[in-house]
Amino acid sequence: MAITKDTIRQIAGLAKIGLTDEEAERFARDLSKIDTFVGQVAKLETEGVAPATHSVQMKSVYRDDVMIPSLPREELLANAPEHDGSGFLTPKVLDEG
Amino acid sequence: MAEANTAAAASEYKAVIGLEVHAELATDSKIYCGCSTTFGGEENSHVCPGCLGMPGTLPLLNRKAVEYCVKAGLALNCKINPFSRQDRKHYFYPDLPKGFQVSQLDLPVCQNGWLEIKSGDGVKRVGINRIHIEEDAGKLIHGAADTKIDCNRGATGLIEIVSEPDMSSPEDVYAYMEALREILLYTGVSNCKMEEGSLRCDINISIHKDGEPYGVRTEMKNLNSLSAAKAATAYEIKRQEKVLREGGVLFQATLRWDDDKGLNYVMRVKEHADEYYYFPEPDIMPIVVTPEEIRLIRDTLPEMPKARRERYRERYGLSEYDAGILTVNKALSDLFDQAAGAGAPAKTCANLIMGDVARLLGEKGLPPEQAPFDGSALAELANLVGEGAISSSAASKVTEMLFEPVYAGKSPKAIVEEMDLGQVSDESALREMCRQVVADNPKIAADYRGGKKQAISALVGQVMKASQGKANPGMVNRLLQELLQP
Repeated sequence: MAITKDTIRQIAGLAKIGLTDEEAERFARDLSKIDTFVGQVAKLETEGVAPATHSVQMKSVYRDDVMIPSLPREELLANAPEHDGSGFLTPKVLDEG
Repeated sequence: MAEANTAAAASEYKAVIGLEVHAELATDSKIYCGCSTTFGGEENSHVCPGCLGMPGTLPLLNRKAVEYCVKAGLALNCKINPFSRQDRKHYFYPDLPKGFQVSQLDLPVCQNGWLEIKSGDGVKRVGINRIHIEEDAGKLIHGAADTKIDCNRGATGLIEIVSEPDMSSPEDVYAYMEALREILLYTGVSNCKMEEGSLRCDINISIHKDGEPYGVRTEMKNLNSLSAAKAATAYEIKRQEKVLREGGVLFQATLRWDDDKGLNYVMRVKEHADEYYYFPEPDIMPIVVTPEEIRLIRDTLPEMPKARRERYRERYGLSEYDAGILTVNKALSDLFDQAAGAGAPAKTCANLIMGDVARLLGEKGLPPEQAPFDGSALAELANLVGEGAISSSAASKVTEMLFEPVYAGKSPKAIVEEMDLGQVSDESALREMCRQVVADNPKIAADYRGGKKQAISALVGQVMKASQGKANPGMVNRLLQELLQP
């Protein structure tokens, strides 16, 4: 299945990424190739095979409700592109709720 | 409320309302990591690489979150799915550092339940479509130049309870939220502190004329009080009616309610269906709940508020109103159960709790769980009142003292003795007092004898005053009537 420029624009919109026309075209071309490659899997005979969502056969893997210390804030913020010592800063966003 | 009912009845439109309620789970730690869920605290002080979704971290599901979801499901008459799964819901917004929210799409933990709510003079059953577990988002603080992200609340466990569109009025919405809140509190699944955002709802509303297809639906986001939910519903129904009556067209839209201004406005108009590119969360293994686990959780369910109210009416003869007030809070209701269960007069226990105890808790700013005495102290106090050993005003005073640290651990009997609050029921002493009061107030006595029967209350008041509030008012009343007989 070929991925169109429109699909690329829609996904870029959801991811809030701006693309030039050339970029959109290039991604459509590249992703179409990847899609074709991965699409080979669809040719396999899967009649009677239950859908698998996980690569391991485990279930109900839980932890107990126990509190453990969080990361010190200085460490937490250390790699942030921008912070004010107590929180991460981003360019001003409109409140979409 | 009566007015709104009349207005709804007079409208040619019918409203169809469904709610999505988010309740923060009362776990100690977050849903996929061990960070604290305590409300508040310094910004970003309850955060780790796990809840930030840093590369290399793996989520590990909190067992308690699953148990609470099952518990809520059982309390809401749901079917518990033996096999369910978590999915990633993708969207990009700064309050969600991972770029996706871990939620559940097609295999939620609970499905197909119901909740009974008060509706008019009767009850109404509202269907529960599903209950699933998911994680909360962080908080954004909008500044003048930038936006700050506080992830303390991020990745706290939530359940989302999705109702069927079975409600039709603002009163239904209020009653549903009230009933749901009660059940979540009684089961201990959520602390339901709406002012802290731990219980909030989105309201879906459409209107249509009888016999016509359903109308265009709008969604109002994040209502965080019962009264706001009710007011917002009333407003939106009216707004949609007005648009249609004036020949306008409704758009499918997401709205925000402004509780201060009492109106809503459009956040976004939905042109396309939301696209979240859901897929199964590969890092969290499927959730399998066995019949044995369901049985164990069912055994922990407490008596629900509705059943309590019925028991209070039948066993203790309380009015529906009193039973309703008592069961609003589980701790107060437990206190009543302990006291009345110990054989103390039930109505007196109820009056003490709804009156002085509730008032004093309010004044001291104490949550009912922290009342400084237990049901046995309350039973003793109610018994003293019941036996006529103290008056009801003295009982008020004793209750006040029970809240004072200097009386901590003292029994009501000890307080009555120490403060000399015992009621005077000695008939000859009281008769003497009454005789004196009648002699001192010849005009009032004459009024009474002349037929103004209510004049007696002034005389009772005088005797109570003379006895410093300790006379048994019932006896005083009887003695005065005897003395004043023509």
